[in-house]
Amino acid sequence: VTDLLRATLAEQAAAVRARRVSAVELARAYLARIDAHDGALGAYLARADEPALAAAAAVDAAVARGVDPGPLAGVPLALKDMLVTRGVATTAGSKMLAGWVPPYDGTAVTRLAAAGAVMLGKLNCDEFGMGSSTEHSAFFPTRNPWDLGRVPGGSSGGSAAAVAAGLCAASLGTDTGGSVRQPAAFCGVVGLKPTYGRVSRHGVVAFASSLDQVGPIARTVADAALLLEVVAGADPLDGTSIDAPAPRLGPACGAPVAGQRVGLPREYLDGDLAPEVRAAVHRAVDILRAAGATVVDVTLPHTRHALPAYYLLAPAEAASNLARYDGVRFGHRAEGAATLAELHARSRGEGFGPEVKRRIMLGTYVLRAGTYDAYYQRAQQVRARIAADVDAALASVDVLLTPVTPTPAFPLGAAQTPLELYLGDVFTLGASLAGVPALAVPCGATAAGLPLGVQLIGRALDEASVLRAGAAIERAQPAFTFPPAFGAGPP
Amino acid sequence: VTAVATLARAEVDELATLARLALTEAEAERLRDELGAILAHVAALAEVDVDGVAPMTHAVPMDLAPRADLATASLPVAAALGGTTSARDDQFVVPAAIPGTDRD
Repeated sequence: VTDLLRATLAEQAAAVRARRVSAVELARAYLARIDAHDGALGAYLARADEPALAAAAAVDAAVARGVDPGPLAGVPLALKDMLVTRGVATTAGSKMLAGWVPPYDGTAVTRLAAAGAVMLGKLNCDEFGMGSSTEHSAFFPTRNPWDLGRVPGGSSGGSAAAVAAGLCAASLGTDTGGSVRQPAAFCGVVGLKPTYGRVSRHGVVAFASSLDQVGPIARTVADAALLLEVVAGADPLDGTSIDAPAPRLGPACGAPVAGQRVGLPREYLDGDLAPEVRAAVHRAVDILRAAGATVVDVTLPHTRHALPAYYLLAPAEAASNLARYDGVRFGHRAEGAATLAELHARSRGEGFGPEVKRRIMLGTYVLRAGTYDAYYQRAQQVRARIAADVDAALASVDVLLTPVTPTPAFPLGAAQTPLELYLGDVFTLGASLAGVPALAVPCGATAAGLPLGVQLIGRALDEASVLRAGAAIERAQPAFTFPPAFGAGPP
Repeated sequence: VTAVATLARAEVDELATLARLALTEAEAERLRDELGAILAHVAALAEVDVDGVAPMTHAVPMDLAPRADLATASLPVAAALGGTTSARDDQFVVPAAIPGTDRD
């Protein structure tokens, strides 16, 4: 079992199907690691030991009967707490939903289970996906497994930390403005935001519906590709899911990059950037060139406008989506309200944390009669120009290569104003606004041992190209290891 | 978009009312400063030439066709009411919308 903790998802599933290990043994090995290490890490908001062991036993029983449980047979996963799970508490990192036990599963959750995956539990995140450090979880912060004094990033920080530390084999996060890619980069794992609409949003706690997308966080590029293959595809329960067949992505992860054209957006390297992050991008350029790719400069002229556009559009959508939390049907309910209006206002005032309130207020400002045209509509027009820039750049190259974040993981409790924190999203927002796929892949480390990552951005529906380039960068890195404090084997 | 360096406190209170959000005094004051700083930053959008640019509402152009009109199982009433502590006769119970008109 020890060897399997570092094996790919496909290898784990193959071992279960071939009965070299039972799914129950594999699940128990991860549960033991959670017992031993999660106190220090703070990744899990809820554990699902009993349902996980029952699901694992069902996988073993299927194998014993000669029935193939699927491509993720017995693979122990855990999910960001933005994904709705039947019978397992789902909070989205918010006091508003504390104690809510959903009566249904999200589509991605159903598809993972149908592929044989075993769900170990729910992972911490910034409240409703709003934040970049997981410090905005209403419950507790998650720590970075490479340095427990630093943040794991966010909002899918629990997912990235748990995958990096080997407390689950892989995870699904959600990415609205970078929430899969940024924590993956901070924790030294792979994070893939698929094309908008690739994965159903049914059963995903809504933040900003024109941007939200479910994405894998995994130890390897091939693992992320396999997870996307399983969860992608049209869903009658999400009208915005793309009516395209789920892609076959495995072959892309082994394909040579010779002949691939890579664009380096000048604007992404002109701004404030830690020297180590800049060096990581240059290292990736060298790797791709050495492997036969062509790297050319490209331009994305509206890069600096992505942040203001995003911080109008996302809060506007959030203000609308979060109107459903009214203290009536589910979620926190204030005691002793005399009128319905008071019940609404007090339930929301008590249930939401500071970052969520900030965004609801900002979104309400943006959508209000009198400011709607000047703010919301203009931001949508700027979004169109940003998307046109990305399309134009990707007309001449297959992928764009950029930093993921301006700095490596920052210390917990670092004093930052909300605006300073938002500025950290500057490199991930472009792909979000354009709706195109983007992959964060590890590329070296700082002198102090903090992981560094780079981002690859591709054309809509062309996840294969970013995986292909990402896998080439991955092949030039040392093999994946768990952080020193988290050991290689069972606890 | 114009640079808004400060918001009037009355404006913050009005937004809170529109958002159905009860704020403490300290929260309202802090939000006034923070929203002012963010709105000053987003004023940079005024530089972008958007003449004739259609607003982009979704990343991928798509026709939102209704799905097939088939009867499917819906959430059982008990499950739908499972998230609240205040239900009666298969309904959610709320305080009166208009004060003094409680049915109890």
